[in-house]
Amino acid sequence: MAKVVAVTGNEAVAEALRQVNPDVSSAYPITPATDIMQRFTSFVSNGKVKTEMILVESEHSAMSGCIGASAAGGRVMTATSSQGLALMWEELFIASGTRLPIVMALVNRALSAPLNIHGDHSDGMGARDCGWIQLWSENAQEAYDNTIQAFRIAEHLDIRLPAMVCLDGFIISHSIERIEYMEDDKVQNFVGEFKNLNPLLDLDHPVSYGPLILPDYYMEYRRAHAEVMSKVPNIVLDVASEFEKISGRKYGLFEAYRLEDAEIGIVILNSAAGTTKDVIDLFREKGIKAGLLKPRLYRPFPYEEIGNALKHLKAVCVLDRADAFGGSYGPLFIDIAASLYPHKNGPVLFNKIYGLGGRDYLPEHAELVLNELAEVAKTGKVKTIKEYIAVRE
Amino acid sequence: MAEMIEIRWHGRGGQGTVTAAKVLADACLSSGRHVQAFPEYGPERAGAPLRAYNRISSKELRMHCPVLNPQIVSVVDATLLDSINVGDGATKDAIFVVNTSKDPKEIRAKLKAGEGQKVFTVDASKIAMECIGRSLPNAPMLGAICKVTNIVSLDSLLEDVRKSFGKKFAQKIIDGNLEATKRGYGEVKEG
Repeated sequence: MAKVVAVTGNEAVAEALRQVNPDVSSAYPITPATDIMQRFTSFVSNGKVKTEMILVESEHSAMSGCIGASAAGGRVMTATSSQGLALMWEELFIASGTRLPIVMALVNRALSAPLNIHGDHSDGMGARDCGWIQLWSENAQEAYDNTIQAFRIAEHLDIRLPAMVCLDGFIISHSIERIEYMEDDKVQNFVGEFKNLNPLLDLDHPVSYGPLILPDYYMEYRRAHAEVMSKVPNIVLDVASEFEKISGRKYGLFEAYRLEDAEIGIVILNSAAGTTKDVIDLFREKGIKAGLLKPRLYRPFPYEEIGNALKHLKAVCVLDRADAFGGSYGPLFIDIAASLYPHKNGPVLFNKIYGLGGRDYLPEHAELVLNELAEVAKTGKVKTIKEYIAVRE
Repeated sequence: MAEMIEIRWHGRGGQGTVTAAKVLADACLSSGRHVQAFPEYGPERAGAPLRAYNRISSKELRMHCPVLNPQIVSVVDATLLDSINVGDGATKDAIFVVNTSKDPKEIRAKLKAGEGQKVFTVDASKIAMECIGRSLPNAPMLGAICKVTNIVSLDSLLEDVRKSFGKKFAQKIIDGNLEATKRGYGEVKEG
C-alpha cells in the first residue's frame, strides 16, 4: 500500500532518492536545495542507502564529481539551486555532451544580485539550452514522481542524457503537503538495475572520454545531440505510462486543464499553475471558457504538441517567473510563440512577468489575467505584449 | 464543516509556531484529508514576528499562496496585537484564539471583532511554563484550537504531538507537551 504523508517538497525528493539508492552522489549545499542533500546524507550516514557520498567545496566540483562517477559507470544524482547551478555552468554542458545520465533536483530560486533566496525560474531558464532534459513540477507529489521517472528517462539506452527535475523554491521545497509515497520495492523495480554503457572502469574494454573534436566532426557531434534530444518526448511518454500502472498517477509532456473547449488560456509553469486552476474553475462557473496549459517536459520542448493543444484558442497569456533582459519576452513566452508560429490563425498572444524573487502569485493575479484574456478574445487586440504584474512602478 | 479551512498563525520566532502548524497538518492528515502547512519565510530571527499557514480540505489542495482570508486566526504571542492587524482579511465568521492571561471580552474589544466572529483566549504561556518549564506556547494553543474548531479529535492531536515531539525530545518533554495540549483544550475560554 502507498503511504500517505504530509511532507515538504524537499523531503519528498530526498525520499525518492533514498528509494532509488544511487551509487554515487556529489553535492554542495545551497538554499533552498540544501535540505534535500542534508536529508540524503543522513540516509547515507545511517546506512539507509549504499550511496558513496562525496562532499565537495563548490557546485563546480559537485557536478565534476557527478560527471566522473557517471563516466566511471555509476547511477549518479545531485541537487542544487540558483548560484549553485550557475557555478556548474560549464560542467552542465560537459555532462550532456558526454551523454551522462545524471539526475539533478533543481530547486528553482532567483539569481543574484541582489541576493534573494526565493522561488523564481531564472536559474532553470538560464540552463534550458545546455542539452539537459528538464522536467518541471507543480507540487511535492509531482517533484517526487518526476524524480523517480527522471532516472528511467535519463538512463534510457536510446538517449543517455542528464535530467533536471525542477520544483519551486520555498513555495514547494519548504511547504508541507499531503502526498503519496510508493513502496520501496515498487520504486526499485520501476527504476531497475543501472545499465552501464561504455564505463570508464571496465578495464577490459578501455574507452576514452572527453575527446577533442575539431571542425571536421564537431558539427556532426552537435547534430547527433539534437537528434538524440528529439527521441526524448516518446521516452518520457513511455516511462509515464509505465509509471501510471504502478502509481495510478497520469503524466504527459504537459498538462492540459479544461483546455479542449476553451476560448482563452493561460500557460504557466510549476506551483502557480495550481493557484491558476482554482481561479479557472471560478471563471468556468461564470460561463467563461478558460483553460490552462502547464508544460512538464520543458527541454526538449514539445513545440508541435503544444502548438496543437493551443491553436484553437482565441487568446493566450503566457506567465513567466523569469525575465529576459534586452527588450526580450519571457523565455516561456518565446517558446509558446514559436510553437504557435506555424498556425496562422492561432490565438492572440501576450506575456506577463510575475513572481520574481518569490513575490506572491495570488488568485487575484490570475483573475486579472483572465479578465484581460476575455477582453482580448473579444476585440482581438492586445494593449501591451509584455507587462509585469504585482509590481510597484 | 466547510470544504476547505484556512488558518493563519501569528507568532514570534522561537515559539514553536511553525511546528504547531506542522503538527496540526499531520493530525488532520490522519483523518484522510488534504493538508498544507507552510511558514512565511523571511530573515529568521528569534523574537521577530512571523506568520504560518494551514489549509485543510476534503478535496485536493492546488492553491500555492499565503492564506488571505483565514477562518481561524491563532495568535501565539499577544504582544503582536499592538503591532499587527491580526484580523486582516479574516472571514465574517472567523474564530480567533489568542494566547493571553487577559479576559476574552477585553481581547474581543481590542480585536474589534465583528458580530459573527468568535474570540477565545487561553493562557498558553502559563500552561507551558507549568507543564514544560519553558514558554513554548504551541502545544496548549493546539489544544485550544482543537477544542474550539473541532477540526480534529483530541486523541488524533495528542497522537501527533507524541509523534512529532518524540523525534527530537526526551520522554519528560513529550509528556509535558501532551499535558500542555490537554490543558489548552480544557482551559480555553470564550469572550
